[in-house]
Amino acid sequence: MARFGMVIDTLRCVGCMDCVIACKTENEVPEGFCRDWITTEVRGRFPTLTMEIRSERCNHCDRPPCVTCCPTGASHVEDFGSLVLIDHELCIGCKACLASCPYDARFVHPDGYADKCTFCVHRVRKGEAPACVAVCPTRCMHFGDLDDPQSEVSKLLASRRSHTLHPEAGTRPRIHFLT
Amino acid sequence: MAILSRRRFLQIGSGAGLAAAVSSAAPGAGWADLLGPAAPGDRIETVPTYCDLCFWKCGAIAYKKNGRLWKLEGNPADPLSRGRLCPRGTGGVGTHYDPDRLTAPLVRRRDRGDEEWVEVTWDEALAHVADKLRALAREHGPESLAFFSHGIGGNFLKHTFKAFGTPNLVAPSYAQCRGPRDIGFQLTFGEEVGTPERTDIANARCLVLLGSHLGENMHNSQVQEFADAVGSGATVIVADPRFSVAASKAKHYLPVKPGTDLALLLAWMNVLVTEELYDRELIEAHGFGFDSFRAEIALRTPEWAYPITTIDPETIRETAREMARHRPATLVHPGRHVTWYGDDAQRSRAVALLNALLGSWGRRGGFYYPASLPIPKYAGYPDYPKSARGPVDNPDGRYPFADLGLTNGIRAATLSGEPYPIKAWFVYATNLLQAMPSQEETIRAIQKLDLLVVVDTHPSEIAGWADVVLPESVYLERHDDLNTEPFRRPFVSLRQPVVEPPADQKPNWWIARELAGRLGLEAFYPWRDVEEYLDARLSGAGLSLAEMKRRGVFEGAAQPLYFDDGVPEEFPTPTGKIELWSPQLAEKGFDPVPRYTPHQEPPPGAFRLLFGRAPVHTFSRTQTNPLLAEAMPENEIWVNADVARRLGLASGRRVRLRNQDGVLSDPIAVKATERIRTDCVYLVHGFGHTAKGLRRARGRGASDAQLVTRYAVDPLMGATGMNVNFVTLEEA
Repeated sequence: MARFGMVIDTLRCVGCMDCVIACKTENEVPEGFCRDWITTEVRGRFPTLTMEIRSERCNHCDRPPCVTCCPTGASHVEDFGSLVLIDHELCIGCKACLASCPYDARFVHPDGYADKCTFCVHRVRKGEAPACVAVCPTRCMHFGDLDDPQSEVSKLLASRRSHTLHPEAGTRPRIHFLT
Repeated sequence: MAILSRRRFLQIGSGAGLAAAVSSAAPGAGWADLLGPAAPGDRIETVPTYCDLCFWKCGAIAYKKNGRLWKLEGNPADPLSRGRLCPRGTGGVGTHYDPDRLTAPLVRRRDRGDEEWVEVTWDEALAHVADKLRALAREHGPESLAFFSHGIGGNFLKHTFKAFGTPNLVAPSYAQCRGPRDIGFQLTFGEEVGTPERTDIANARCLVLLGSHLGENMHNSQVQEFADAVGSGATVIVADPRFSVAASKAKHYLPVKPGTDLALLLAWMNVLVTEELYDRELIEAHGFGFDSFRAEIALRTPEWAYPITTIDPETIRETAREMARHRPATLVHPGRHVTWYGDDAQRSRAVALLNALLGSWGRRGGFYYPASLPIPKYAGYPDYPKSARGPVDNPDGRYPFADLGLTNGIRAATLSGEPYPIKAWFVYATNLLQAMPSQEETIRAIQKLDLLVVVDTHPSEIAGWADVVLPESVYLERHDDLNTEPFRRPFVSLRQPVVEPPADQKPNWWIARELAGRLGLEAFYPWRDVEEYLDARLSGAGLSLAEMKRRGVFEGAAQPLYFDDGVPEEFPTPTGKIELWSPQLAEKGFDPVPRYTPHQEPPPGAFRLLFGRAPVHTFSRTQTNPLLAEAMPENEIWVNADVARRLGLASGRRVRLRNQDGVLSDPIAVKATERIRTDCVYLVHGFGHTAKGLRRARGRGASDAQLVTRYAVDPLMGATGMNVNFVTLEEA
């Protein structure tokens, strides 16, 4: 069983938000909501500065607190790619998952269910990359099986320095940022 | 709350179509996520076209779901997008659905600028415009009409107005944008940089950016190549008063004082020449006037530049040596929007000269030789009438090196009536009130007109001043002319309709042809519809419209790009050489080698107003696009963090900017940041809309154009430098 994840090269990323807009059109995310977003972290004093720009989204954690806390089983780990997905029919919109997510990756869709990034599972199942990865003009985003040592993502992780977000939360996030 | 939302969902579910009803009954965990946005049975169609969110014209594939526009992706066959659109192109979906679009032709009901309209039919609107134009032509001659346009969509209207007999055809993309750059390069190499820029960023080993903020300025191919260059470890050197996104990728960031880039360029050249690091072979073979150039540049030491630029001499030397180490694959980027200080052609010439010393022209990693596909023009047109009077924008060749029309020259002639009166403006797809400096002059000129017609997709500020507003369909709903701009490999791309316009909007080619018909110029439109025109042009090159409709893009054979590939080392200047010391400039009384002249400093307590681009917006035309407005609904005023603290301004606090002439901006939120010098403030261009009909954008952020009451005209070619205004910050 694959364990899908992302490796994002912050050195290439320019924070243009193409990933955000492509996700919105691909997934018809309603106005006022987004499943991915850009974070910019500036350190230092002018003019000696460093800046990291990150495209962020649900981390499809190996230990997903949103799944553990879900009272109905709507939030679950899908067999396909070990993705963390939501069954809209089972979701009662209680927002426990929203509160449990250290990445603030979830929102309540106007239709009443918890919503978030699916890694574009509908595209991945057809052999396509998620919309954000496919659109990125800087080609900074990579998607693949973290359990396959031959995958592009595994090779990138083995060859470059990287970090994850909130490792202290113990969620084992599957999005890695190359620095 | 959650239960209410859930209930709303059930109501929507029960009201939806059969596919939704079946789906909602389907069992299985996560079905909706697994299925994604397209359910089984949804009808998906794709149509290739090219984008119009900016002038880059990237090839796109439009997806329709059940006949409705769904999404846009890059066309993998297109050399500009390489299968990936920029965020604006991806968000192009929003242009079609934008509820703020113009829907019907409008005729002014009361005073100009009141934005009070009567809706009329196309027939009434066009008849009115044609009657007025015919009367003006009788009384003042056809030259009394001036046409302002932006982008390829202006081609057919330009054709109509050439047939009408006016030589006054202008675009702000010249005198308010890239004109000085192309003149600076022409004076040096005999060729311009052009569009898309012939910069070989992908292969550069060292990339130097002066104010050019690639990554925020989202010209797709350039940003893709920039990321490739960064990814492959190229050295990036950025000189900018602001720590741009590009600066964050740089090995060397030089926080240059605004307005002093020319001094920095001269000092870099001084290091290359005095340390003999330049491309001696090239300069000896092809340079003109090197000895005079060297004598002049010898004065411009890093120590001379230090107090001017605030960049310490060792940094100037180190970065110059770094450039030399990588030459000829060192690209000093020429920029695009370069109308800053009124000496912009000379600054651009200094950029060209620095590239000459580095030997990057015609070399891999520098400037390549682009080629365009030889698609013939449409053959069946009569000759345009010869105008007895030349254009009004540059009387007596006041700006001797201007080689295209000057918008500001037309405006000046409209105000003065000299050398002859301009009585009508026809404006296509350019919001002159945001694009040109001094809104006051523009409005005064408009008040002198007998007729102002604006073709636009939106009720922009310039449309608000028009007598007649003609609503255009957006690019996803229309054809335009073929794109054959020169690039690495010659190509042609097709724009074709994907969906129907939502109301009574019409394409520019239809407006141009209908207007020509009413002006007695039917002979200039021998084709029945635009497809016949496009097919005739494509057939002339052995292609067909039917094939292009399927493919969207056709690429020709690869051409040599560099001198090393066999491009002849020719420089079509008057001397046939790279003019290091310029006889052309000397003859006209200008500095034959650029010299730095200090610009006015901000008064105490004031800041120089700088403006630039954001990746999700183009000019002032995308702020009502629902997708792009959501990504960036308003601009912020960047203020150095220490300065903001001193002024008691935290991020998010609303202020107004007051310029040196007392003009007060709309409220704008402060961005207190380490990422900018203390002597300037910065905002993204295109916000602060005032037009009533731009409901989503109106009152969001501030407009730099409103504050650019002063401008410095380039004596070489007439462009308007706009970074010469100063502001203070006041509580909103």
